[in-house]
Amino acid sequence: MTEFLTTVFNLIQGILGVAPTTLALALPWMDIFWAFVYFVGAVILLIINVIMLIWIERRAAGFFQERVGPNRVGPFGLLQTVNDTIKLLGKEWIMPASADRMVFLIAPLLVVTVAVTMYGLLPYGPGITPVTLNVGILFFLAVSSTNTIAVLMAGWGSNNKYSLLGGMRTVAQIISYEIPMALSIIGIVMLSGSLDLGEIARSQSHVWYVFIQPVAFVIFTISALAELTKSPFDMTEAEQEFVAGYHTEYSGIRFTLFFMGEYANLFSMAALGVVLFFGGASGPWLPPWMWFIGKTYVFILFLLWIRWTFLRIRVDKMMKFNWKFLIPVALANLLVTGVGIKLWQHFVERSI
Amino acid sequence: MISIAFYLLTALLFSAALMVILSKNPMSSVLWMVVAFFAITGHYVLLNAQFLVVVNMVVYAGAIMVLFIYTVMLLNLSKDNDNRASLLVRLAGIVSGGLLLTVLIAALRRSTDAAVGDLAQVGATSLVGLVKPLGLALFRDFLVPFELSSALFLAALVGAVALGKKEASD
Amino acid sequence: MAKEFGTLFLFLAGGFVLSLVIVFVNWLLRPRNPSSAKARTYECGLETEGPTWVQFKISYYLYALIFVVFDVEVVFLYPWASSFKSAGLVPFVEMAIFIGVLALGIWFAWKKGAFEWN
Repeated sequence: MTEFLTTVFNLIQGILGVAPTTLALALPWMDIFWAFVYFVGAVILLIINVIMLIWIERRAAGFFQERVGPNRVGPFGLLQTVNDTIKLLGKEWIMPASADRMVFLIAPLLVVTVAVTMYGLLPYGPGITPVTLNVGILFFLAVSSTNTIAVLMAGWGSNNKYSLLGGMRTVAQIISYEIPMALSIIGIVMLSGSLDLGEIARSQSHVWYVFIQPVAFVIFTISALAELTKSPFDMTEAEQEFVAGYHTEYSGIRFTLFFMGEYANLFSMAALGVVLFFGGASGPWLPPWMWFIGKTYVFILFLLWIRWTFLRIRVDKMMKFNWKFLIPVALANLLVTGVGIKLWQHFVERSI
Repeated sequence: MISIAFYLLTALLFSAALMVILSKNPMSSVLWMVVAFFAITGHYVLLNAQFLVVVNMVVYAGAIMVLFIYTVMLLNLSKDNDNRASLLVRLAGIVSGGLLLTVLIAALRRSTDAAVGDLAQVGATSLVGLVKPLGLALFRDFLVPFELSSALFLAALVGAVALGKKEASD
Repeated sequence: MAKEFGTLFLFLAGGFVLSLVIVFVNWLLRPRNPSSAKARTYECGLETEGPTWVQFKISYYLYALIFVVFDVEVVFLYPWASSFKSAGLVPFVEMAIFIGVLALGIWFAWKKGAFEWN
């Protein structure tokens, strides 16, 4: 990836008419240039992800339900999503007359903004992290939690009872499951001693954390599904209860933006799981960024497998499950991890 | 550069804060408050207080915002309902607001331009806001306040549950 | 640090511009034939009745309050966790007390039935 980016850099230098070797941009300009390269790369990755993931999801759903799925447009139906996107780009703007205009219009824009920002925080490989922060993992969680603002704005701004109820429930679900997720990550932070995502990935050079923290992995997977509002936690889209949840009133391009955000977030959440539990971008032979994206896609397939296998659970059971099972288990896991690390330090590391 | 960003953020913060008060609709007040929270987050970024950036985003823009919106939804917003506060409540509001203003003015009078300049100097290179020094400070220097804060959380939780259950049974 | 936050700002602003561009392309391509029927609130073919923004039940508020308390707690746990290995046994005990007090809170809310969603 770095070589590729250097090639691109040299190419741009060539277009600008400067000899590749002699160009010595002043440092801030260099940083700004790289920031732009990262941004464009992230957007391209996001768009490819959305197109691929929607296709994968539909094909996988077809496979799990013993039907075919989209297979007409392009080879294996690969161009189906492109086709849908072009169709959606030509759709009319429809907005309910009673909606709160500004809130209604801004909400879908926020979803995409948050999704793009999250792509900037992921460590795609050694040296390819757009934004390296001292508080990386926490900042990632903070950015993803701002999604609730967009959901609330959409639910409230539509001035529709289904939307409002759906939005309120979605937010209650997202915030509830944020706590077990954050608690499951703390065990990893205790082991790695760092909050920087790249550092966490590097500290797994000997053994992946999924083997040391299996309970945390299960908790993380469950709460990731709930955060993404995927089945069995897709109360938001419980058609029998409130049509399409908070985006009932959205159609055409605004609906597309919500959909884009959803699938972009599926990738970044799975990528977070790969960084935390599967050693991030490490692997033999292939370049690291390929390993990173490959592992993420495998994890996404795992999530989709769960999604299409389990039935939706009732909203009260879901809330009970979170507070009465997941959070106590996560706290107990923390305690066990703490005692375990201290024992390890006392008996094993000292004796070596 | 930093000072331009500072003034822009401050202007955003003040206008958002004004909109919180001036909006007729309580819901748009909450949304403007979120904008104000993000402006404050920007200020923390300028000071390189990374942990505070995260705390501000997670706790204020995430959790407190949701809490406020649910509070608004708990009110009855329909038009036929007379929501105006009684005279006593208004008087209490004036008194507490006035007291806050007095405290703020008293605090601001003591800070000179030089002190503000120092703060800006600190910001660029400060390590105070990073996680590890903060963790050490929390668990060594401020141990008692930290443990007491857990008692405060417990009190808040018990109070919330007690109040909520009482209203639900009504 | 200016570099990191500058890049972050670019991602934020760029993401917003990206979504605006998508909407703008749609604005150029869209057909324009509005009608009052299209602008009606969607409710499975029936006219909507009464105001949307009505009073919600208190469960939501309770959840949000408990969530705020736990969110603050979890955020406090992170600096502790990141220096856990290098620190001695004392911080471990301190944090165990901190979590213990909060577990007491969960237990109380549980007994009072605050987690029942009905």
